[in-house]
Amino acid sequence: MPGAAIATTIDDTAPFAGVEPLLTLHRVTKAFGPVRAVDDVSLVLRPGEKHALLGENGAGKSTLVKMIYGVLQPDSGAIRLDGRPMRIDSPSMARLQGIGMVFQHFSTFEALSVAENLAVVLPDRSLRAIRRDVRRIGEEYGLGIEPDRRLADLSAGERQRVEIIRCLLQDPRLLIMDEPTSVLTPQEASALFIVLDRLAAGGCAILYISHRLDDVRALCSTATVMRRGKVVATCNPREETAASLAEMMIGATVQRPRKQATYVGEPRLEVADLRLSSGGGVPLNGLSFAARRGEILGIAGVAGEGQSELFAALSGERLAARHTAIRIDGRPVGTLSPTRRRRAGMAFAPERRVGHSAIGDMRLSENFRLTHHATGVRRGGAQAVRDSFDVRAEGRDPFAAALSGGNLQKFVIGREIARDPAVLIVEQPTWGVDAGAAATIHAALMELAASGAAIVVISQDLDEIFAICDRVAVLHRGTLSDPRETGTVTAEGLGLLMGGVDMAALVEAR
Amino acid sequence: MLERRVAPSPLMAVLSPVIAVALTILAGFALFAALGKDPVKAMEIYFLSPFADAYNRSELLVKAIPLALIGSGLAICFRAGVFNIGAPGQYTLGAIFAGGVALHAPEGAPMIWLLPLCLGAGFVGGMLWGWIPAILRVSTGANVILVSLMLTYVAQLLLDWLVRGAWADPLAFGFPKTATFPDGALMPILLPGTRLHWGVVVAVVAALLLAWMLARTRRGFGIRAMGLAPKAASFAGFSEAGTITYVMLVSGGLAGLAGAVEVTSTLQQLQPDIAAGYGFAAIIVAFLGRLNPLGALVAALALAVTYIGGENAQILLKLPKNAAFVFQGMLLFFLLACDTLIHYRLRLRRATGAT
Amino acid sequence: MEPFLVSMIVAATPLLFAATGELVAERSGVLNLGVEGMMLLGAVAAFAVALSTGSSIIGIVAGAAAGAGAAALFALVALGFTANQAATGLALAIFGTGVSGLIGQGYVGNAIDPLAPLLSAEVLPDNAVLRVILGRDAMVYLALALAVAVWFYLTRTRSGLKLRAIGDDAESANAVGLKVLPSRFAAVLFGGACAGLAGAYLSLAYTPLWGENMTAGRGWIALALVVFAGWRPIRVIFGAYLFAAASLSQFYGGVLGLSIPSQFLAMTPYLATILALVVISAAGGTAQHSGDAGPAVQADAIRRFAVTARHCNRPLRSSL
Repeated sequence: MPGAAIATTIDDTAPFAGVEPLLTLHRVTKAFGPVRAVDDVSLVLRPGEKHALLGENGAGKSTLVKMIYGVLQPDSGAIRLDGRPMRIDSPSMARLQGIGMVFQHFSTFEALSVAENLAVVLPDRSLRAIRRDVRRIGEEYGLGIEPDRRLADLSAGERQRVEIIRCLLQDPRLLIMDEPTSVLTPQEASALFIVLDRLAAGGCAILYISHRLDDVRALCSTATVMRRGKVVATCNPREETAASLAEMMIGATVQRPRKQATYVGEPRLEVADLRLSSGGGVPLNGLSFAARRGEILGIAGVAGEGQSELFAALSGERLAARHTAIRIDGRPVGTLSPTRRRRAGMAFAPERRVGHSAIGDMRLSENFRLTHHATGVRRGGAQAVRDSFDVRAEGRDPFAAALSGGNLQKFVIGREIARDPAVLIVEQPTWGVDAGAAATIHAALMELAASGAAIVVISQDLDEIFAICDRVAVLHRGTLSDPRETGTVTAEGLGLLMGGVDMAALVEAR
Repeated sequence: MLERRVAPSPLMAVLSPVIAVALTILAGFALFAALGKDPVKAMEIYFLSPFADAYNRSELLVKAIPLALIGSGLAICFRAGVFNIGAPGQYTLGAIFAGGVALHAPEGAPMIWLLPLCLGAGFVGGMLWGWIPAILRVSTGANVILVSLMLTYVAQLLLDWLVRGAWADPLAFGFPKTATFPDGALMPILLPGTRLHWGVVVAVVAALLLAWMLARTRRGFGIRAMGLAPKAASFAGFSEAGTITYVMLVSGGLAGLAGAVEVTSTLQQLQPDIAAGYGFAAIIVAFLGRLNPLGALVAALALAVTYIGGENAQILLKLPKNAAFVFQGMLLFFLLACDTLIHYRLRLRRATGAT
Repeated sequence: MEPFLVSMIVAATPLLFAATGELVAERSGVLNLGVEGMMLLGAVAAFAVALSTGSSIIGIVAGAAAGAGAAALFALVALGFTANQAATGLALAIFGTGVSGLIGQGYVGNAIDPLAPLLSAEVLPDNAVLRVILGRDAMVYLALALAVAVWFYLTRTRSGLKLRAIGDDAESANAVGLKVLPSRFAAVLFGGACAGLAGAYLSLAYTPLWGENMTAGRGWIALALVVFAGWRPIRVIFGAYLFAAASLSQFYGGVLGLSIPSQFLAMTPYLATILALVVISAAGGTAQHSGDAGPAVQADAIRRFAVTARHCNRPLRSSL
């Protein structure tokens, strides 16, 4: 992983200093209700510039980009293209103006060939022309893809190339890329950068959204850092250290509330060298960690770094390769089903509610049974959970689909806590949940830990991690960093880990 | 125009079959009128004559028995989201196994063990035929609908081969049938003077057991969960493979049992046509009964009405036998359409022109 | 030999019609199990109209129309009301069987002239086999032409490409702006018309009579044929002739020197289809299959849309 000096193939900083800007965002603002997702943001993009957009989850990057791509319109401020004020009303208009976007997750038709897939989304071109253009663009930019290959046979990297070709077929002047390396192997990422370099050399501007600091420093000559909707810095990422970039992204730690130290006992959950093959997702590469009696262990990380896979491996929805990879109070459970893990004292609450932790078309009493059927009902049923967790819903026994997100999540967490588990694994416990419910859930989790359970919280929300976790580790590309006391880790240290930068000594007491 | 409801409407769940039945009667009336046949007379024969006298009413129950047995099994299967349409084939295999036992039983074997053995063999035969699509689905992902459908015709041909070949009755002079089953393999009559036999007890007991299983046991809960949200069911610890196999074995076994019951009661022998068509009608029974085994009992009676009515119409109005299928098909159509309203609301709003 | 060849060609033609139509419907993502019902309705309509007008051609058109009408009923419930497709298809099969029997009651025992051969005998060459192949009625050649036309449509036209995209992933297709519901509707109607033609052939050429249940399960064989052929039109042609030969072998088995009981020969289409299903599903499940990802993925699509007994189609127009 790179340290200070980055070798680039093309010197791309100097030539564009005096060139007329391609795209200018001037004091753009977008609010959703009381929340300003994008707050007074100004940005300049020049032709041929490789410009990174940095920020953690919720910083406003995707909202900003949606406005450039025409999916949303700004509430105030101006967007100027080639100096002319522009109102980009729709993605097709954006495309007409030469703005192309390569999405992180794209829908494709598996049974059709590459050329056919492109023909479906580009109705005004003939298949023959597309085949010819695919080959031409492939040669010109090193994006070699055989146009008649079936999409189902392509790897993730190859599919992304098809996506890029799709954009290039429309002669873009600006190419927006959203977390492009999240699905790529390191080799594929390097190949991608070569392609982007060539594109930029030809005058196309690239807006590169990513949280991966080493990628950004390898590729981009300019970076705009956003935090909580505002631009906090514009810099040359190669002149910054990874640490300074991370600090800009995450900000000072002083304002975040810190958890008070609690009594911690022996390990109740021990994970040793947990490996999981990718199966279409992120492979887990030998994770090892322990969660101890009385503690809440946080696992931080940007979305898509292996969290769902880790959760599935812990819950038993996917079985580990070795029985001893996971132990509860010393007992190996790695190859046990979810029911038997529950009997061993585990409880789980996944990120998705309806369809995963709860069934919308079933009533709360039956949803209660979903995880209690294995171990028998304790401490009263669904009603008891509703009462103690202030779950607000109409009716004596409503369908789960009728509850709001916050109330359903309170019910789900309460249901698991009602099992008095030895170990509780929760993923994104307060995602999509109102502040009041979030506070209830956090308090309940801390109370459970205080009573002797070990809790693992997998979360993308650093505020949450700092608020309730005793220790924290970072998940990146299916690998876990060493857990550290949250009191001793700086937010930027975490940010570096989340950004994929391997650091030796970033422990600094504040 | 169709707008998804927040939660399913319990009112519509109950009303839907009632509306569907009413619409079927209305549509049938219109159809017969359009075809130039006296509609009032036709409706009377189809829907009222089955209740006209004691014998007709007993025949209703006789017809309802196999429909209820298969239908309650299919209710379980469909609840899990497994669409087994191979019930006719499972029924046939059950008849074959039961007939095989009956025809090869030692001379004078007493009913006390021969009949239960026949019925048990029928259950096993149906289970086997239900197991095949299940294992193929679980190990290769092969579509249950298509495999079970294909097996139906394989079973039919197997029966044909046995009846004309190895098991043919030498005294039948080439007529395709087996010998009549020995007395020990025949279902005793429940109501003297009618054909109503103890199979009705079997059907009711089976439905009760299944309903209890579905509502009160952990396995039943898993079945219901999987039908609603497979990922949540596996989160809850219910294995998809295990559930699929279980419901296919149960529904297959019950269809096989129905076949065994029919050949030991009304048919008393094997022949190429053993009315395996009940397997398809039982799908309607399962839907009409709201995928509930107890509902299937009531729905079986409703469908039996169309059969008995159809038979009476054949005799009294010279209408073709298959005309009963008109009502059955219409009923299923209306039911499916009405069922949509359980989860969706009809909104007469202009579409905002975007696709 | 010649009689067998003639029987085979004549037996394959209705299968070819019905399977070609169902293939188009399934490629658009709709499983219509009601083929048997549509065929019977086509058969009775064609017979009745041909008898009363004296023209086979008008009869054939009537048969196609009847099949399309029956398919429209299916489409209304399965696509319009988003009901479970498999159950709706069965309802159509049952309903079609019943209604055709009812309508056809008055026509049992009537006879009409069978379809005339397309080319008159004098024009045909002397070779016996060629006389058989070229001396059939027009519908035989129409069925072949139709299958080839469908192949061309699906693989070489823009409209066919869009249909395949819809069948592959309807949600993505909708997101990209393709008109999913109208396309599926049209595909289903086409499938019905073809099934109607198949039925018309049965009652006008195969045995120029009407009888209750005269399709004798051919609709179900056509469904099997589509799967067996991997949803490919050219393979359907070969499969239709293969299945026809297999089902005829039960009558010609002794002559051809086979000692297998006729019923087992008759089973071969169904067993072959199960085998094909297993192979396709096993290949499409985990590994990427190099040559045949098409049908493998199609099997996945069928699995996706035909698995649940409850409502399984989301109305694509409402909230996307």
